[in-house]
Amino acid sequence: MKTDVILIGGSAGAFNVILSILNNLDKSINTPIVIVLHRLKNSVSSFEAILQRHSHYQIKEIEDKEALKKGFIYTAPADYHVLLEKNLTFSLDVSELVNFSRPSIDVAFESFSTLLEEKCCGILLSGSNQDGANGLKTIAENNGKTFIQDCSEAEFDIMPKAAKNICNKHIELNTTTLIKVLNNEYHHKT
Amino acid sequence: MITLNELDELLFTIKKQFDYDFCDYSKASMLRRINRFMDINNMKNAVDLKFELINNPAIFQNFINEIVVNVSEFFRDPSFFKSLQEKVFPYLNSYPKINIWSAGCSFGEETYSLNILLKENNLFSKTRIYATDISANAIERARKGIYDNNNFKDYTRNYYDCGGKEALNNYFVSDDRHSMIQSELKQNVLFSNHNLVADSVFKECQLILCRNVLIYFNNELQNKALELFYESLPVHGFLAIGKKESLRFSSIYDHFKEIDREEKIYQKIR
Repeated sequence: MKTDVILIGGSAGAFNVILSILNNLDKSINTPIVIVLHRLKNSVSSFEAILQRHSHYQIKEIEDKEALKKGFIYTAPADYHVLLEKNLTFSLDVSELVNFSRPSIDVAFESFSTLLEEKCCGILLSGSNQDGANGLKTIAENNGKTFIQDCSEAEFDIMPKAAKNICNKHIELNTTTLIKVLNNEYHHKT
Repeated sequence: MITLNELDELLFTIKKQFDYDFCDYSKASMLRRINRFMDINNMKNAVDLKFELINNPAIFQNFINEIVVNVSEFFRDPSFFKSLQEKVFPYLNSYPKINIWSAGCSFGEETYSLNILLKENNLFSKTRIYATDISANAIERARKGIYDNNNFKDYTRNYYDCGGKEALNNYFVSDDRHSMIQSELKQNVLFSNHNLVADSVFKECQLILCRNVLIYFNNELQNKALELFYESLPVHGFLAIGKKESLRFSSIYDHFKEIDREEKIYQKIR
């Protein structure tokens, strides 16, 4: 029971890129999207509310054991790792920080990729640490598509550069082109 | 590294050989824990792992300690502890004696956090806390109550965020590297080994704290544990689960009302 999923990982400088992706995705696209963004714990943020204003999807912060559905964008809650179960429900996890991060992009990417293989698409955006690089590599090894934000465009290039260095099947794109590619790739998969 | 298919077989072997039943744990989380354990211990595949587990008791114990997650902190989610004091403590105060179950207490951070707040709210002297965990190693460390000083900056911030009234280090005896919880705060806590999967009700408790433990179970097992909590609570007793956990998918959902929706504090109503 594999399904297409788009994973987006990012840290510092990724928020506005995510907004422009959401703003410009074709309204016909409903492939589930999971966003893993490093965020501060214990802060009440209006992250989900802001995303909702920019997207035709329904935005939902992930709860443990909830089912992954089309038409939804899921956000990783602060201070939890996000994993995917075989029956396509989410599991949360509060084990050790990975790359100083929880949620860790690596943890989510690896878990989704292991199950969904070629159906799993990973996008890594701006960020100032190396989280996500190993995860993106795993997605590529499992024949999923891997996109990295153009390092010259990214506000912080440590994250995309780290991925570029270890994941050799990636495609490096600026935001505008990335949106075009996604619209082209997913408009028929509804 | 092992695969999802190998995982099922491995968990079945562990159940048969060692009587530890992880079959209904979250597979995604188990897979991650086990692969991490293999990585640290230089094991290449499922055959290596099985061989070591069966032939080396020390490795097996180490394995159990590693795959059950024991990461916690003092006053994790300050807003939760704030709400607990405001919405649950006044109610508990109406009881002459209070029993609390801290389920999945790991190294004791959560249990002692609770106990500090009970003390500050003058409930300490009439409360007994039953703190349980599946891991014998965790129970042993919780009993000792010794923690690394490095994390205390965060703990102190959490403590004040949830309305702490003293200086947090008043509750500890410290040297330059470690801090040990004051012995008074251990006196009313009974630590013991308990397995939410296999064991049964042991005491009626007016408050059960089980935060970020159920996330490691699949739906059926979550249900089973929640039924155990339901049976351990009197009517009007309170249940607190993790912030991103939910009763919605469980059979006991209708028997509780929400006391704090955000902080996942519930009260048994029938």
